[in-house]
Amino acid sequence: MSEFRVIGRARRRVDGRAKVTGATLFADDIVLPRMLYAKLLRSPHPHARIARIDISRAAKARGVKLVLTGEHFPNAYGIMPVSQDEHALCLDVVRHVGDPVAAVVAASEAAAQDALELIEVDYKPLPTIADAVEALARSDVRIHGYGEGGNIHRLAHLAFGDVDEVFAETDVRVFEDIAFYEGNTHLPLEQHAAVAALDKNGRLTLWSSTQTPHYVHREVARALDIPTHQLRVVACMNGGGFGGKSDPFNHEVVVAKAALLLGRPVKITLTREEVFYCHRGRHPVLMRLKTAVRPDGRIAAMDLETLLDGGAYGSYGAASTLYTGQLQTVTYQVPRYRFRACRVFTNKPPCGPKRGHGTPQPRFIQEIQLDRIAETLKMDPADLRLMQIAEPGSITANWLKLGTVGLAECIRRVVEGSGWKQRRGKLGFGRGLGLACSSYLSGAGLPIYWNDMPHSGVQLQLDRSGRVTAFCGATEIGQGSDDVLAAIVAEVLGLEAGDVVLVTGDTDLTPVDLGSYSSRVTLMMGNAAIQAAERARAMLAEAVAAKLDVPASRLGFADRRVFDVENPDAGVGFAEAVALAETKFGTIGSTGSYRPPAAPGRYRGSGVGPSATYSYSAAVVEVEVDPATGIVRVPKVWIGHDIGRVINPVLARGQVEGGVYMGLGEALMEESSFRRLPHHLSGALVHKFPSMLEYKSLTTLEMPEVVTYFIEDADPNGPFGAKEVGQGPLLPIMPAVANAVYDAVGVRVNQVPITPEAVLKGIEKKRGAQARRDRVTEGGQGEGVRIGPTEFPRVPWPEALVVPPPWEGGDGKAVKPEPKLGVRV
Amino acid sequence: MKRDAKTRSREAAKPLRQADAKPLGREGAELARIALTVNGEECVVHFEPYKTLLEVLREDLALTGTKHGCELGECGACAVLMDGAPVLSCLVLGVECDGAAVTTIEGMAEGPELHPLQAAFADKGAAQCGYCTPGILLTAKHLLEHNPHPTRAEIAEALSGNLCRCTGYLQIYEAIEQTVRREDAKTGRP
Repeated sequence: MSEFRVIGRARRRVDGRAKVTGATLFADDIVLPRMLYAKLLRSPHPHARIARIDISRAAKARGVKLVLTGEHFPNAYGIMPVSQDEHALCLDVVRHVGDPVAAVVAASEAAAQDALELIEVDYKPLPTIADAVEALARSDVRIHGYGEGGNIHRLAHLAFGDVDEVFAETDVRVFEDIAFYEGNTHLPLEQHAAVAALDKNGRLTLWSSTQTPHYVHREVARALDIPTHQLRVVACMNGGGFGGKSDPFNHEVVVAKAALLLGRPVKITLTREEVFYCHRGRHPVLMRLKTAVRPDGRIAAMDLETLLDGGAYGSYGAASTLYTGQLQTVTYQVPRYRFRACRVFTNKPPCGPKRGHGTPQPRFIQEIQLDRIAETLKMDPADLRLMQIAEPGSITANWLKLGTVGLAECIRRVVEGSGWKQRRGKLGFGRGLGLACSSYLSGAGLPIYWNDMPHSGVQLQLDRSGRVTAFCGATEIGQGSDDVLAAIVAEVLGLEAGDVVLVTGDTDLTPVDLGSYSSRVTLMMGNAAIQAAERARAMLAEAVAAKLDVPASRLGFADRRVFDVENPDAGVGFAEAVALAETKFGTIGSTGSYRPPAAPGRYRGSGVGPSATYSYSAAVVEVEVDPATGIVRVPKVWIGHDIGRVINPVLARGQVEGGVYMGLGEALMEESSFRRLPHHLSGALVHKFPSMLEYKSLTTLEMPEVVTYFIEDADPNGPFGAKEVGQGPLLPIMPAVANAVYDAVGVRVNQVPITPEAVLKGIEKKRGAQARRDRVTEGGQGEGVRIGPTEFPRVPWPEALVVPPPWEGGDGKAVKPEPKLGVRV
Repeated sequence: MKRDAKTRSREAAKPLRQADAKPLGREGAELARIALTVNGEECVVHFEPYKTLLEVLREDLALTGTKHGCELGECGACAVLMDGAPVLSCLVLGVECDGAAVTTIEGMAEGPELHPLQAAFADKGAAQCGYCTPGILLTAKHLLEHNPHPTRAEIAEALSGNLCRCTGYLQIYEAIEQTVRREDAKTGRP
């Protein structure tokens, strides 16, 4: 560690003081003179035609300044260029409960709320689609007029080698599993808020709790038909994001429009219920995984089908669809791989990216299946994984280029720490250990919209006071991106992290960074920051070298000094170094930018999955199952994470523990579930849990002890070798819990969340099975029972896009003509 | 912010209109008037009578450090100390607070000096996004005032009504435990 002075050292984060004093400014904390308040009228119907809206009474109500409806927002928008299917207010159809149809702007929030009740809307209810299976079955009900037929939004069928050939071989055993991963939501503590106002020159500014100010900038300008350069988007500190603030949202477009029309600041803050309607959370995914395994336990081929319930709009769905398959090859060696995915529309709030985006679901089915394979082959599940970890630097069957792979060490550490070898299977009925592994992107290799520009830009400005200001569009959502930026600039320039002044997430002031999603910020912003800082450093070094009369290459930067490394007493303070450089070159500034390396895959769909490098995680979870209630308690988790390089150990550990926490919530209790009201109450499809009390999440009382091991397998593509840590550590938790439940009570729960009901049902089924068998075989060893879905519906898969893997002579291109694409808007 | 509260207090002390006229809000509704102590300073505040303490603090006293996550008493983000005990300010009506002493996050530091809990939270990563932090800090302050050496189970119990989506709670425990150690070191306790 001694090679670095800032990197790798435990520090108070640079924004720590603001966070503990209440001084951090969140969007709802902004108060401007003459500010007005907006509220949205949201649909009570999951699917209906809007026959008539009458706003006349609302418009005349006390304090009301403006009432808006769909006709004010003719332009469609959406985060993905391929699915621009949202309007700020619905035009003629509502597609989920909570879809907004009108907005009121008034002198106070209460006046706006009161006026909402004066808006008359005639809805003509339409048949509703409740889940993915129903969406496939009912092509008579169309939620959107685009897609790949019926209610299918996206379809993919990628074949990397001939898997059927392998399945037919005689020396393989084929394992097939079906599992269901229920949707869940981000539940950020901060409800989304936005404020829009015209500045003194009439330009529009939008402050918002957004993770992606650059994309919001583009989409709000598109929705309002204003030139992008006439709009400034400022990402306020997010009170938790987790992916839930990555889309452009209705309320942002509405307040921006209202501020333009009224010439006054307009604020909106969503209620908790409305946050549930914004959603963009984890897709419910039904999956089937078929794996051919050699006698020694090696995977010979894998065939995965996923069916995603996308909810009412496209959102990130086109990417989510591919993410349910594309990263499946990154953890273990998979010689042949076929992947079919289908995303459908349903009348529920739209799904999108949540921490792990599309990968926790297929990771779950693969990791629980590996546990079953190990049991069948009488192998230790840890050894089964260790023998086939993906090769560092290799290219996978689906043409992803890997970086360093520290997974083996992750596994060894958690196995050792948890006493896996001694304790697994020996804790007695009701207690167990489970292991699972995973990998994740360190930033998506391609931007959301096609372009060849940098993904992250950093500008530095230095002056004779010794001040260094770093400007970057990256967005602080609590994960510590500001701290990473300061640390990297400080490391290169020989300063302390707290010396660097930061301006981030502001489209007027900062160079573009694509946003806080896909675990991209540390790697991409970090590399841009290194480049900018090295360029500034070179100017300073040249000026100081002239003064000290030594070659610039001999200069060191540390302890706020620039000095001769061979004679450290000869040197100047940092401020003097900047003054010398300012004298020599004029005003000192520098820029850095970063774009991930081009990926080797060149087939349709290859844009999803590539990354500069991948992180790896392994976890062992210990459970205690109460056989009387089925309640699963987790006393302890051991997790190893290959992070490449730790920038700030305090923050890195916080990301791991937060990931474990959120993973346990998904594993055990968090679910976005819906139900139909009885027919006499309209039969509408409604959210079961639009409140924090009913949407269960872990409190302090459920959170276990967590032991974290960082594996620092520095990656050449990472800044100082760093990879991501924000999302990866969540991924192994859900399957590790399922595997531990199996170890504890012999029940395989092929569904998430692993509810007490499911566990109890399994225990009872197992008792029944055992009793029946015992009658026949006397004292037979109880074999596992499975709880979960048993069928995968028929999906109209398109013809496969065949892409030979690298070892079968492929060049990254498809060998057959690409399938005909569906009709798109 | 404190100056703002003081200014309001002085203004409110003067009669606004005729002695018998009640101040009116933006929509013409009669305003409630209470006198309370906020972060050690006395103040008088007028507000729409339906407002919760949370809204009075944030909207009428400009103390936006207190956060809201649900406004239904579910998340704990809005916790403040009222007469020394934690309350969910979203469940307390402003009109109930006449004569009360309220401590918000803005009142935790002594001038520029962070409260020991604040310093430890900043150092140990107990605040990630920082949104739940004010409510948790005030709850923790109350805990240590009444139980200076809590066990981890006691800390967990005390914070069980405060949701945090970022940290997984563990670094929050560590920050509280570090505060206890630092305070013990200061007072010479073993």
